[in-house]
Order: sequence, then C-alpha cells, then structure tokens
Amino acid sequence: MANSDAIVGWKTITFGCHILEPGNSANFRTGDWRSQRPVTDKEKCIKCGMCWIFCPDMTYKQDEEGYFEADMEYCKGCGICAHECPKDAITMVPEEG
Amino acid sequence: MSKRVGIEVSIAISEAVGLARAEVIPAYPITPQTHIVEHLSEMVANGQLDAEFVPVESEHAAMSCCCGAAAAGARVFTSSSSQGLSLMSEVLYIPSTMRIPMVMVVANRALSAPISIWNDHQDIMVQRDIGWIQTFAENGQEAVDLTIHAFKVAENRNVSLPMIVNIDGFTLSHVIEPIELPDQEDVDKYLPPFKPRYKLDPRRPITMGPVGIPEVYTEAKMAHDMAIKNSKRYILKAWKEFEEVFGRKYEPIDTYRTEDAEVLLVGMGSICETAMTAVDQMRDNGQKVGLLKIRLWRPFPAQEFRKAVGKTKILAVIDRCLPPGAVCGPVGAELRSMFYKIPGSPKIFSFVAGLGGRDVTVSRFEEMVDKARAFAKKRPRELYQVIGVREK
Repeated sequence: MANSDAIVGWKTITFGCHILEPGNSANFRTGDWRSQRPVTDKEKCIKCGMCWIFCPDMTYKQDEEGYFEADMEYCKGCGICAHECPKDAITMVPEEG
Repeated sequence: MSKRVGIEVSIAISEAVGLARAEVIPAYPITPQTHIVEHLSEMVANGQLDAEFVPVESEHAAMSCCCGAAAAGARVFTSSSSQGLSLMSEVLYIPSTMRIPMVMVVANRALSAPISIWNDHQDIMVQRDIGWIQTFAENGQEAVDLTIHAFKVAENRNVSLPMIVNIDGFTLSHVIEPIELPDQEDVDKYLPPFKPRYKLDPRRPITMGPVGIPEVYTEAKMAHDMAIKNSKRYILKAWKEFEEVFGRKYEPIDTYRTEDAEVLLVGMGSICETAMTAVDQMRDNGQKVGLLKIRLWRPFPAQEFRKAVGKTKILAVIDRCLPPGAVCGPVGAELRSMFYKIPGSPKIFSFVAGLGGRDVTVSRFEEMVDKARAFAKKRPRELYQVIGVREK
C-alpha cells in the first residue's frame, strides 16, 4: 500500500496526521493485498458500464474501444462488479504468485 | 475590578468557562461534576453565555461531539467524572494525537466496585496515558485559574493539545470558598479568540483522523509525544502571563517548607492543604519535614521535580489510587523510575491513601512521615503501604 513519498519521519509527518490534500489515496497502491481479480470476457461484455457504476473504489476505466477495465493498482478484488454484471461477463480469478 | 465572592467551586468553574467564552459545551451530567454542567446549561439558557450546550446521550457521545466541534474550530469545554470518564475512554486518545485542543474539568471520583461517588484519583489514573496535558488543582481559586490557563495552553498553536484540569470531587467541587473571579476584560486580554492551525472547513477540505498504516503509526505517535513534551515551555509561559494579568503565580511543582527537609511528603490536589497543616505541626515539633505538590502531572516536570527535591533523602509519596497487583501506585512508580540509579537520589516510599472519599487527616501524614523514616533504616517487605486500612 505504501507510497514512498508518504513515508516520512516524525518531524515531517503532517500536523495531527491530517491529510491536507483531498483524494490523496489515488497516490497509494491501495489494491496490493488483493486475493482475486476480475477478468472480463469481451465476447459477453455489452459495454453497459454496470461494473464502472458499482465499483466502490472507482477502479474501472473505459478504454478506446468502450470496454471497462479495472485498474489493478486500486482493485481490491471484492467481486461486486462480477456480481452485478448483467451478462455474467466478469469472472473472479485467484491471484497467483 | 475583579471581586472576591463566596461561591461553590463548581459554579465558579462554570463562570470561568463563561469568562473564557467557550463556544460549544457537549456534556453529560455525573456526580460530582453535575453542578458544573448544570450551571453552564443555565448560563446558556439565560443568554449569559453565547454557546451551544449539547445535551448528549452519554459521555462517549460527549467526547465525540467535543472532537467534532473543536475540529471545526470552536472553543470547546466539557466535564466528567469516574464512570463517565471511563465511558469516554475510547475517544479520549483521539483528539490528543490529532492535536485538537479542548478543555475538560474532571471532578475526580473513585471507580466502582463497590459503588462510590466519593473522591480519589483512580478515575484519572486510568486515563494517565491518553496524551492530554493534565494539571491538578489544590483549591477553588486554583480550579478557576487553571481552567482559564488550560484554554490558553491548549489553544496555543505550538501546543494544540487537549487539556484536563483535575479537581477533587466534593472536596473541591461541592465546597463554598472565597474565590476571586477575574474580570471579563482581563480574561479577554489573556485569552484571544481561538485560531486553530487546521480546521474542518468545506471551503478548504482536509481529512482528520485517517488510517495510520504500520509505516506511519509510530511516527504519528512520536510526533504527539514530542508535542506534549515541548508543551511544557508554553505551559510555563502561560502561567507567567497569568501572573502578569491576574497577579497569582503558578508553577509545575509547588514547594512548602522544603528548606533543610529530611523528609518530603509528595501529593496532588486538595489533600495538600491538610498536608501543609501536618507539615506545620511537625515543624513545630522540631521535625524537618516539607511538602511537594505536583500541579503539572502531564507532561511530567521531571527537571522541576528534581530541583524541588534538592538534597532531601526521603520522599513519602501519596497515591490516591490502588492499582491491584502492581508494584506501587502510579505517582510512586513515576518518581521511582525517574530517580532510578541517579547518584544521590532519594529513597522513595509509596503510600496509598484517601481512597473512595476516606479522609486523610493530619495524623495520617505524620504516620507516613514516621513510616518513611523507619523504612529508610530498615527496608519494608511491601513495595507500598495502604494507609488507614482496618485489619479487623
């Protein structure tokens, strides 16, 4: 999860450990403890964007062809996208290695 | 001109909070703190004090509400005691590491069981390590003065920490004393409006209280520790300014007849008044005995304490708290650790007295001094003694 810029000594840590810059969790690899990942079958996908809507961490982005893909920096493998997909196009597969 | 009036100490504290122009007061009543918050709610209802009085559903909610209001930039006051303070416990650690200033008066009371509404220091010693600045008042005037002082210290931008003023339940809270309430003009001069370093403001959003991952938590705690250690200079400075404006002088450690003393009693809070009478009597009988009063408990003023002890070789330390199964009470343990293996340090004997409202009389202080002298010659088997406990 660590971002090396945020790992500072006690003398430079922010006052009261406040976060002074809103939305700075984007600077952290918040998904590095994931145990499974979503894989979209583009044959079944209808580009409806339900995964993008339901993802609680806003990890889905639309590519040039209009498909939605989860950013593995942030995806925690919760499986909500797979559960909500109306075409069962998303499968959760175990992370390996 | 400020005037000296006969007033209940609790009411005087409320008036001091009013003079300090507190803006938000979330509080839940509990004996023996009740009169403080009751009177504050009256002051707000009568329009005497322009503040929000939040009648919360518990002490846990009271402290949570304090955190929110102070984080939004309000001058916040609350008060509690005993079981109520324990119910706050989970929240008490939060404003301190988050550097959110507020002031709480704790009317010290015993903890159940058995149920006791009476005075000792067990409630606050449970909260020893919450990271708040803590002072102990000896009498009603001190309770008022330390309350005003607490706002000045807590809100100092270099301190920015919550602060507790301890007052003995009933012994102080319910007693009518002649007290000089300062003038509004002087308090306004001493205590400028609160300007926090950071506050919750939708125009400039920040996050307070995020997760501290293992790579961050230790540094956050270290920063807090250094902040409270560094606060001492501002505590002393605020006392000096207090003296300039109001004419009453306060120090972290008070000494009473300590010159050439062979034995020094060490106490905190209102028992020091009786201890002074005991010291006078013992001095009249030719005994070289003095008294040290710990006014500033956190951060512990180690340097000032060592200086106050001077060359005295025997300390009789009074704890109004019995931690079952420990080697001695918290004040005794603090002083023993502080002096451990320092050449020429005094012998320290720990006494537990005044639990659950038990009076500590003049003769009990004499007993502690006699015992400490005897123990200095022949080391006792126990690491601490409970004073005034019936055997049969």
